[in-house]
Amino acid sequence: MTLEAWLVFSAALFCVGLCGALIRRNAIIVLLSIELMLNAANLNFIIFWRYGVNADAASGVMMVIFSIGIAAAEAAVGLALVIAVYRHFKTVNLDKVDSMKG
Amino acid sequence: MDAPFLIAAALTLLSAIAAISLRNLVHCALCLSLTFLGLAALYLQLGAQFVGLTQIVVNVGAVAIVIVFAILLTRSADQPDASRFNKGAIWVGLICAAVFATLVVSINTSYVSMKSGAPAPPLTVEKIGHELMGRYVLPLEAVALLLTAALIGAVIIAMKEPNGKGGAQ
Repeated sequence: MTLEAWLVFSAALFCVGLCGALIRRNAIIVLLSIELMLNAANLNFIIFWRYGVNADAASGVMMVIFSIGIAAAEAAVGLALVIAVYRHFKTVNLDKVDSMKG
Repeated sequence: MDAPFLIAAALTLLSAIAAISLRNLVHCALCLSLTFLGLAALYLQLGAQFVGLTQIVVNVGAVAIVIVFAILLTRSADQPDASRFNKGAIWVGLICAAVFATLVVSINTSYVSMKSGAPAPPLTVEKIGHELMGRYVLPLEAVALLLTAALIGAVIIAMKEPNGKGGAQ
């Protein structure tokens, strides 16, 4: 496998996530798409760790482990916010959630 | 091109596309966990066994389940015939295609792409443990603190507000 093929795949995954984050109306699917983009970035860390010149260091794997931990925290807080928004507005449709205080 | 990469990559991409485009939200969450499984397979192919298994445990086991919970808790009475996409969907598609084309062109013309693949560096779980307790002990503690704070914060945000104190009307 060449480095280009891995990077093109990772770019495609990122663009799918970007498309989902911009195109969907449901807040949960937007969070899900952000997870997809984050995972594409994680995959890039591993790809460059595997193909990089400084390959014997554990740096890429460490970065991804911490990144997965932070992604879990982000998902928990983001979904709690979605639930709070749902309790307030009775919907998670992002087009209808458009008032700031009320 | 070898077959395992192609299979895992096609599975990952197709399930990712399904996850952002299906109408039923629970199906979206299940496709997302399929995407995470495909990514774990790709991590295994790249020689990062620990990361692949961590991906399965954390993302498939925890994040996807939390998303399913959120979907079930926020199941609203929205009319099912309403479109699930925004109005400017065609522009979004064009923007994403442009971003992808830019990324592909820059990948194919960059300096790093001239290198060939090196053999997988040996990285055992034992070495990861030593690194985590040695060089990376401060980031480890910071992530532990962040996770604790984030989970407490998530509980507080999602907790039912007491009556008469703002919030739900």
